[in-house]
Amino acid sequence: MPTNQGKRGTFARITRALTSLVTLCSGMTPLSEAMTQTDKSGVSRTRWVEFAIEGAIRLLGFSTIGFVLLIFLFLLREGLPIFYEVPLGNLFGTRWYPTFDLFGTLPLILGSILVTVTAIVIALPLGVATAVFVSEIAPHWAREVLKPMIEVLAGIPSVVLGFFGMHFVAPVIRSILGAPTGLTVFAGALILAYMALPTIISVAEDALDTVPKSYRDAGLAMGATQWQTIWKVVVPAARSGILMAVMLGMGRAIGETMAVMMVTGNAARVPLSLDSLFRPARTMTATIAAEMGEVAQGSTHYHALFGIGIILFLLTFLINLTAASAIFHKRRRGGLR
Amino acid sequence: MIDRFVAQRLGFALLILTALVVIMPILFVVGIIVAWGASAVNWEFLSAMPSDGMKAGGIFPTIIGTLLLMLGTAMASIPVGVGGAIYLAEYARDTWLTRAIRLAIVNLAGIPSVVYGLFGLGLFVLFLQFGTSIAAGALTLAIMTIPVIISTAEEALRAVPTEFRTIIASLGGTRWQGIQRVVLPQALPGIITGIILGLLRAAGETAPILFTVAAFYLPRLPQSPFDPTMALPYHLYVISTQVPGMPLEVQYGTALVLLTLVLSMNLVATVIRSYFRRRRQW
Amino acid sequence: MVDAKIRIQQLSYAYAGEEALRNVTLDVQANAITALFGPAGGGKTTLLRLINRLNDLVEETSMRGSILLDGEDIYAPGTDVPELRRRVGMVFALPLPLPGTIRENVVCGPQLAGVRDWARLEEILERSLAQAALWNEVKDRLDSPAIALSGGQQQRLCIARSLALEPEVLLLDEPTSGLDPISTGKVEESLFELKQQYTIVIVPHSVQQAARVADYAAFFLMGELIEVQEGNQIFTTPRDQRTEDYVTGRFG
Repeated sequence: MPTNQGKRGTFARITRALTSLVTLCSGMTPLSEAMTQTDKSGVSRTRWVEFAIEGAIRLLGFSTIGFVLLIFLFLLREGLPIFYEVPLGNLFGTRWYPTFDLFGTLPLILGSILVTVTAIVIALPLGVATAVFVSEIAPHWAREVLKPMIEVLAGIPSVVLGFFGMHFVAPVIRSILGAPTGLTVFAGALILAYMALPTIISVAEDALDTVPKSYRDAGLAMGATQWQTIWKVVVPAARSGILMAVMLGMGRAIGETMAVMMVTGNAARVPLSLDSLFRPARTMTATIAAEMGEVAQGSTHYHALFGIGIILFLLTFLINLTAASAIFHKRRRGGLR
Repeated sequence: MIDRFVAQRLGFALLILTALVVIMPILFVVGIIVAWGASAVNWEFLSAMPSDGMKAGGIFPTIIGTLLLMLGTAMASIPVGVGGAIYLAEYARDTWLTRAIRLAIVNLAGIPSVVYGLFGLGLFVLFLQFGTSIAAGALTLAIMTIPVIISTAEEALRAVPTEFRTIIASLGGTRWQGIQRVVLPQALPGIITGIILGLLRAAGETAPILFTVAAFYLPRLPQSPFDPTMALPYHLYVISTQVPGMPLEVQYGTALVLLTLVLSMNLVATVIRSYFRRRRQW
Repeated sequence: MVDAKIRIQQLSYAYAGEEALRNVTLDVQANAITALFGPAGGGKTTLLRLINRLNDLVEETSMRGSILLDGEDIYAPGTDVPELRRRVGMVFALPLPLPGTIRENVVCGPQLAGVRDWARLEEILERSLAQAALWNEVKDRLDSPAIALSGGQQQRLCIARSLALEPEVLLLDEPTSGLDPISTGKVEESLFELKQQYTIVIVPHSVQQAARVADYAAFFLMGELIEVQEGNQIFTTPRDQRTEDYVTGRFG
């Protein structure tokens, strides 16, 4: 197999080149360079290089904490002033009309919640059913088709989905409802549901995969059908993972910006009436995206938008903290390293 | 009560139906954009400056802008992402600090993209006075990309058998020598896949560049990293919502170019992953 | 026994609270094969890994006692651990070549130590492969992937890989556990050659193998060194009842 070996040689060469590139990128001298001699000075130099590299890598690891703090710091820096510029009653009022100095965030918060919850209500059954299909009953070829498709979905930029939603989903909804506009909570939630699906499916599928085979065998041995075993044994056993899937999907949905802005109609009204689902609404993310371009830096409106950013940051922080505690719990129980 | 085997058959049929409900719209979205956008995309569309208020001409500066942003994002995020992954996979012990790092990564991955936009505006554009520029946008996107790279790269590093590290140690190699000589080359395909997936996400993002980079209409190429630029996803947003009377064809054409860019990167990542998974030696 | 190569003195060792070695004292002679044998879980592998400090990589351990190599405590602060591991080579139970070619595998150790002169690396390559009785079989395909070798060849490659560093001591942890009798025979033969030059400590994979190769044999049971004798005496005239039970197969 001479050609094969040739390829392997090329690969080795490429990886070596890339490795040295990585080394250079991180601003370090390759170790082999520092080790041309084996005498005592060479050894101490090696140690020094090792020490420097370890320090640099450690620093890069810690930098992630720095980024989170930095992000929070800058949100606070630009957003905190709103809490003493505008009375709290106004801030949590029901009317968001910045030109009239009305900064009621309630419609935006409720808008975000309504869109997100609706999206999850749509995505959860679809996602769990697909995950069950993929991990429990799909033949090999179906899996090979489904998984790349779902990866494609995960890769489609949100602005493209928003564009599609404007041009297809909204008109369809309008003609079905006979409403004045199709740009509604429901249209946004539908798009968001599909955006959350890849996350939900892959996390739920992982959860189903970790259910031991003996559970399934036990179910079948008791005379249950495969269908009964799946819903009575396997899915309940994976419920904490599925819950995590929901949390992560929710985190993804609540933070989604472009598609929601393009599709939900952006009317800042409190969406509490019965028909809210089929009327326009406005989310926190869309508000920031739509208005930040037009405000003067340092104005009350500017601070208010950063204030919404703080709320979003804390909200997603909480959601992810909940999901992460499940991950860490699993990790510890699994006894990994 | 219906026979439980009939129930099972109905149930399986329902699952197949759901799977179809999930994938049909994906095919539909891609299909529609390809079908309606293809007629707009030609060499002039890709290589010419926009003219007539973006209604005519091409989208050349938006493509270049997106590529430059990705280049900047890659330069800033790869060293930090890969370094962070090496730390977590090879050096970190299970301490509260390590847990704090993991928590930070999970949260970075979860912060809404528009909040990254706010942060980029606050830190890079205003505080560091980069102005709305490629540098500001690329750095914002880089911080967003870092958690993706870290988690995929860490997974790739952990997949390399521990025994290789032990062997290098037993041959008198230091920890870094082991990483450099065996672990990193073996994990490289996985790491590259992760990098591509992270950059792909960055390439399609609009919200983080709304207030940090994007020029609404700038029919010339940026001259320095501190120039603003047009970018594909933002351009698509602008022409589909902010410009009345925009020809549909141009909108679909732009969507198609963006989709092609992102999906082809996706394809490259998938190919690299499956190719090396099949031929690795352990 | 004044000039013992390795002196293990009152060594106790525990991982995560579980005792693996209890108060072991053992002298290992130069240019001889010392076999550590006994039932699984006796602490033999742990002891091997302690001699070249591979257990440094393991967390949550505690150690008492000392190990002297040429009279120097290898656990003394400031010890150059990579240098120690170059002096004390290790061959593992499962032959696992590093990814890459046969050549890359053998010259890996010297390269890590900073040898870059190709002529010298070639010299090392041939010498180590010859010492491991592998040269004739692979000399025409040094640049083919190491993973393509048979199990027995891979294990001899791993021995060659350790020998490339010209270690003073060679530790072998069940080097023939996965091999067929013919390959086992080849590995054992190369050990007899090697002991002229090296100090060898082996955990054999059976009592028979211990009897075949050992110049000194030490019986380990549940983390304790029960007894050590020269040559085959331990198998014919064990002093301790537990050793006798084990070597005659009455154990358990």
